[in-house]
Amino acid sequence: MTREDLYGESDNPAESTLKLDRREFLKLTGGGILILFSLGEFSTLEAQRREYPTDFNAYLLIGEDGRISCFTGKIEMGQGVITSLAQMAAEELCVPLDSVKMVMGDTELCPWDGGTHGSLTTRFFGPPLRAASAKAREVLLELASAQMKVPPEQLVTENGKIFERGKPGKALTYAQLAKGQKITRELEREAVQKVAAEFKVIGVPTIRTDAREKVTGQARFAGDIRYPGLLYAKILRPPAHRAQLKSADTSAAEKMAGVTVVRQDDLIACLHLDPEMAEKALQTVRADFEIPQETVDDKNIFDHLLKVAQEGNPADEKGSLETGEKQASRLFEAKYLNSYVAHSPIEPHTATAEFKDGKVEVWASTQSPFGIKESIANALNLPSEKVHVRTPFVGGGFGGKSRNTQAEEAARLSMITGKPVQVAWTRAEEFFYDTFRPAAVVLIKSGIDDQGRIVLWDYKVYFAGSRGASHTYDIPNNRITVFGSGWGGAAGTHPFATGAWRAPGANTNVFSRESQIDMMAAKAGIDPLEFRLKNMKDDRMLGVLRAAADKFGWKPAVSPSGRGFGISCGVDSGTYVASIAEVAVDKNSGHVQVKRVVCAQDMGLVINPEGAKIQMEGCITMGLGYALTEEIHFKGGKIFDANYDSYAIPRFSWLPEIETVLIEAKNSPAQGGGEPAIINMGAVVANAIFDASGARLYQLPMTPDRIKAALKA
Amino acid sequence: MEKTIKFKLNGKTVSPTVDGARTLLWVLRTELGLTGTKYGCGEGYCGACTVLVDNEASRSCQLAIQDVEGREVLTIEGLSANGKLHPLQQAFIDHDALQCGYCTPGMLLAAHSLLLRIPQPSRQEIIAGLEDNFCRCGAHTRIIQAVQGVAAKREAK
Ligand code: FES
Ligand code: FES
Repeated sequence: MTREDLYGESDNPAESTLKLDRREFLKLTGGGILILFSLGEFSTLEAQRREYPTDFNAYLLIGEDGRISCFTGKIEMGQGVITSLAQMAAEELCVPLDSVKMVMGDTELCPWDGGTHGSLTTRFFGPPLRAASAKAREVLLELASAQMKVPPEQLVTENGKIFERGKPGKALTYAQLAKGQKITRELEREAVQKVAAEFKVIGVPTIRTDAREKVTGQARFAGDIRYPGLLYAKILRPPAHRAQLKSADTSAAEKMAGVTVVRQDDLIACLHLDPEMAEKALQTVRADFEIPQETVDDKNIFDHLLKVAQEGNPADEKGSLETGEKQASRLFEAKYLNSYVAHSPIEPHTATAEFKDGKVEVWASTQSPFGIKESIANALNLPSEKVHVRTPFVGGGFGGKSRNTQAEEAARLSMITGKPVQVAWTRAEEFFYDTFRPAAVVLIKSGIDDQGRIVLWDYKVYFAGSRGASHTYDIPNNRITVFGSGWGGAAGTHPFATGAWRAPGANTNVFSRESQIDMMAAKAGIDPLEFRLKNMKDDRMLGVLRAAADKFGWKPAVSPSGRGFGISCGVDSGTYVASIAEVAVDKNSGHVQVKRVVCAQDMGLVINPEGAKIQMEGCITMGLGYALTEEIHFKGGKIFDANYDSYAIPRFSWLPEIETVLIEAKNSPAQGGGEPAIINMGAVVANAIFDASGARLYQLPMTPDRIKAALKA
Repeated sequence: MEKTIKFKLNGKTVSPTVDGARTLLWVLRTELGLTGTKYGCGEGYCGACTVLVDNEASRSCQLAIQDVEGREVLTIEGLSANGKLHPLQQAFIDHDALQCGYCTPGMLLAAHSLLLRIPQPSRQEIIAGLEDNFCRCGAHTRIIQAVQGVAAKREAK
């Protein structure tokens, strides 16, 4: 990544600790033009506005070499923001994409940030970045105007140069303009930004700027960071959550050559220059744990959740359910279940830390560098300015790398041993300490009149939260009640940690709602697409539904038609998304092959269409997992899944033909793109299975056993 | 037991002195300083650690270093020659066949060994050849296109 330029050759990162504050910033970066901007000013999201400091703290720098650096606390984990953010800066500054470098997730170089999640990066960080870039261009124009003695209105910015209109031969480069400058500007008002018609970089399909590093093996992840004398740590883990350590005998490990044994409170670890030796040493530790007797497991968890749920909160309320029931000629009641799923990025949680001279530097695979800075400071009892978190490339996160106990462990062990330490979780640790997407229950009572209009919608969601619970159907009597959060829950709710998983909650909510809608369409004898169009007024949703149907070549038929076609639609992160799938069901084995998925998305202004399509494809492919196989098997605090033998994630042979459609909406603000297309995957496959076979699935994942059972029902 | 194990790594002879039972994966990543080969599962499921041994895709997390004695190992660092990208690497870039990039080195080597075996693979053969390499980001569609792209270019020549 680009910070190498600032740190110099940083193969030995220990030698390149920088402490930057604003005043020193220009000195260290060698001068130029620095734009400070406040994210608070630009936030349109209420929640974010509260979270972000409102002073000027985000940096855009035009260096004396004319290169643009953008400093952001966001991180790159595959979602492509390293490219799309650079595109925005390049656009406003009229420079080629490769003259913008992104410096990301470094707690000393970058301004504070609340973490990379929720498809917010482009939506939230994008507008101020564009404004700051436009501001920088204004400053450059002022400088050029003074030097050339030409009023700014008559100047043109192009390709990193400024010249008088009609005289491109006599241009000043940004490098010439920034040379010798030490200008700091605060962005107080929004500078004039380009409009869609002027775009040259935004909206143009672009190849990822990090692709070359990633195909050559040069891209560094947290486990690839090396310090001289680095020790690899293997930590003693309990056999179950809530197990109490009674005794441990580490004497055999202590006798092994080169092994360092750490025992501090509950932290018992073996460290060695070779990770395999550290593991061998750990194997010799004899530990006794007391495991509490607990009865909750992956089968009875749903009853448990209904039992522990507290008072619900109304999310939407319209009309009266009583009236709805009276108007309905048919009522439908159903219960939908969804299991715990793991994030399972291919890169497990990893951190490499060096404690030195009272200060700790930690490279972590994290979605939340500033969050872990605080938690490390707490764990080590250090003032937070003594903690420097750096984020190299992150090998997938999907919400799972918001919590980072591995970084605390590495920092603690480095402090205790006085040596640099790497903690890289094994796959089993990754499955054990994941913050799983919560299991959830949805209860729906709905009704239609004899025209096939939905007149009643009483929707109760338990532990999937409100995201995706609201809908765009036009239903006169509508109530949505949310019980418990979609992230965690009071103590005693979930048997282990839970958290956000790519489009948290929405996967459960959309599965339940769109299955119910489909069920009603079938019973009403109406084609499922027509049924949706008929019950909806929202133009953007109608738009994506029609676009998906066109692309798919939808021909109306009442389900189950035997064709194996299913539909689902929803809104996530401000983005409208409709999907249509075709499946084949093997009735003997219960095996489902998803043959084709068409997905249409309206996400407002699209910064990088190719990037957006890739995210959609990724969502569709990943979503097959929670739809078909992924669920955590457990009893009490014991997790039975330790590797991919029992927990199957999507593979090449599962791959449907994928077609994506992006609706042109250049003048609406850019919306999130990393998650929306995943929300339909449960329902679109469930509805297609119903259409193929007449079997209605009420529980995710739709494993062969569940499909066979549904076929018999 | 420590011993010196001589083998060819990316065209050059290396001879680390290590316990022969250690895995190739970790000897590469620690002793030999080549971190492009990744750990994903450690048990042979995910393919993140794929390297080529005598041109055949192998899971370096399952391979004892002593078993590569006298053989030829190719890792991601050796795939491009003299700064020039291998056609598969270029195709992965052109087709955007990666997201987080963590599975990419293993994926490229699995694809490389596939093309050595079957220069013009069908879509089905690509799927079969890469089936045991996992990608959580869901880059599969583009990876298949990238491999097809390389095969098509070869045919055109
Ligand atoms: S790390 Fe070797 S197969 Fe997963
Ligand atoms: S690109 Fe992230 S795992 Fe494949």
